[in-house]
Amino acid sequence: MSPRHPLIELTVARFREFLREPEAIFWVFAFPVLLACALGLAFRSQGTPDVLVGVLRDGTAPHAEMVSALEQVTGVRVRVVDRTQADVALRNGAIHLLVVPGTPVTYELDASRPESRVGRFVVDEALQAGAGRRPALPVADRLVTMPGSRYIDWVVPGLLGMNIMGTGMWSVAFSVVNARVRKLLKRLIATPMRRRDYLLSQMAARLIFLVLEVGLLLGFAVPVFGIPIHGSWLLLAALCVLGAVAFSGLGLLVASRAQTIEGVSGLMNLVMVPMWVFSGVFFASENFPEAMQPFIALLPLTALNQALRGVMIDGSGVMTLLPQIVILATWMLLSFTMALRLFRWR
Amino acid sequence: MTTIPASDTTRDAVRGGADELVALRCTGLVKRYGDVLAVDGLDLEVRAGECFGLLGPNGAGKTTTIEILEGLNTADAGDVELLGRRWATDADALRQRLGIQLQETQLNDKLTAAELLRLFRSFYRQGPSVDALLQMVGLEAKRDAWYGKLSGGQKQRLALACALAGDPELLFLDEPTTGLDPQSRRQLWDLLAAYKQRGRTVLITTHYMDEAQVLCDRVAIVDHGKVIALGTPLELIASLGAEHVVEFALAEGKDLPSVAVLSALPGVRRASIQDGRGTLIVAHLHEALPALLASVADPDAFTLLTTHSATLEDVFVALTGRQLRDA
Repeated sequence: MSPRHPLIELTVARFREFLREPEAIFWVFAFPVLLACALGLAFRSQGTPDVLVGVLRDGTAPHAEMVSALEQVTGVRVRVVDRTQADVALRNGAIHLLVVPGTPVTYELDASRPESRVGRFVVDEALQAGAGRRPALPVADRLVTMPGSRYIDWVVPGLLGMNIMGTGMWSVAFSVVNARVRKLLKRLIATPMRRRDYLLSQMAARLIFLVLEVGLLLGFAVPVFGIPIHGSWLLLAALCVLGAVAFSGLGLLVASRAQTIEGVSGLMNLVMVPMWVFSGVFFASENFPEAMQPFIALLPLTALNQALRGVMIDGSGVMTLLPQIVILATWMLLSFTMALRLFRWR
Repeated sequence: MTTIPASDTTRDAVRGGADELVALRCTGLVKRYGDVLAVDGLDLEVRAGECFGLLGPNGAGKTTTIEILEGLNTADAGDVELLGRRWATDADALRQRLGIQLQETQLNDKLTAAELLRLFRSFYRQGPSVDALLQMVGLEAKRDAWYGKLSGGQKQRLALACALAGDPELLFLDEPTTGLDPQSRRQLWDLLAAYKQRGRTVLITTHYMDEAQVLCDRVAIVDHGKVIALGTPLELIASLGAEHVVEFALAEGKDLPSVAVLSALPGVRRASIQDGRGTLIVAHLHEALPALLASVADPDAFTLLTTHSATLEDVFVALTGRQLRDA
């Protein structure tokens, strides 16, 4: 088989090299899925967690009756404890609430723990009803689960954004600096290869990885966690591509002069760590002070995360997401222009 | 000035090995790095079809020179003309016709020999197939081995194959055998000899004089960024005016005769003493050797007494007063 166009050969070479790097495969493909899995399990919303209640056995007041009454209540798990066990269990959260039988019945709890306050309410309700209290006002509950309101629905677009940033920057910057360190860039420009083809092949390989990584993460998270995608799939895909190209541009910029892997790693962290913190990957960026918000909004990862959440959760269209799209496109143009101007081949 | 028109028919004429044609010419090359003058007004003329060696110790300016010729570095002053063209105006056309092996390139560890050659071959409009290239450098068996798993000698041979991917008219090799074991060096020499047989032009830098003597039709000895001697290896050796070299040393406590005494011995053209070791360049061994023995009072004092035919190494020593390896 005779060699194809240099752009294709360069892209294939880059792609092969990547596939033969097991660590890269893990960080790009497996890690985000594992992270989504872990977060999904930790914050799953299949029912509210049980309230853990301890009933004190101190020999002065009978407790058996109270224990059997509480065991009837759904969502409550009861155990009988003595004083020493009770203090330890309360401290380490093995029980949320300690009920001391007697007159009056005493609840011991740490009021700063939400589950303890909920526990007190649930237990008190059950005990009062058992003692004969009837509700003064008739009420009824209607339980709803809004798709898209869970933490996992919110965090998956953030993970997607984070991954697009990380892979975009690492895959381009690492490969370019590595080639520079090994004098491979210099060797390549000693051939008739067009410099443009080399840079385009980095982009092309990046976009192939993108299809795989986005496909894998969504292909896992959407069916397993029932993540909704309310907006257009096409817009979602376009945003992923825009984000990937913008972050590859930043990767190229970071790599444009770096002479060592250590040097480029430092620069990468300088660029990426603030975005991990501020751009709303794991928690909403609204947590930061009002004065910082305009700056946070201009970060490319903030724009990408907002746009991805807009499409997936709110079903937003292009017009709604225009500000984010403009921010990403501006980053893309700026970073490429500067990277090409600064780029060193030797 | 001889120029070579670029049309394909005349290109073929060059390939035919018309000796008078010039493949490469540079004049007045100067390159300065801060206070260091790396290349100091260097002139070269390489004829089409010859293997030309740029010889000199490390730091003599060989690599800077060859990289300027290869269009990878720019000179502060001077003119470079390759195959009748110049970098400023014909870079794209030149790149298609040159083969280049850099001194310290490492290719991608996790690509196979065949994949790397395919990649390099794709950059050129014409050239041998990947299989032909592998065969040329004797790496057929390593076709599917990762570059990172190859030995030093195999890596250098693959680098040579990459340089040959465009079937170049002019091949640049910068220290191709540095760091290789003797057997790998000899393998590479055989490959280059075969390439030369096909009438192509080669410019090679090396600090191994034996390598230059085996491979090169003509050599330029470079020191401190200047050409200090130019000619065929035999001419340069003949310029010593003598064919033999005698080296000797005496046991500790025994005084060597002075340079003046040694120079005056019959049959000796030149004498030097360095680090307690005497070197005589000798026209007539049968006269010089008995005279040397006679000049040392105690013949048992010799800890070293050896003679060899003069080499390029001796030319370098005679020109600079330094050994190549510690120059």
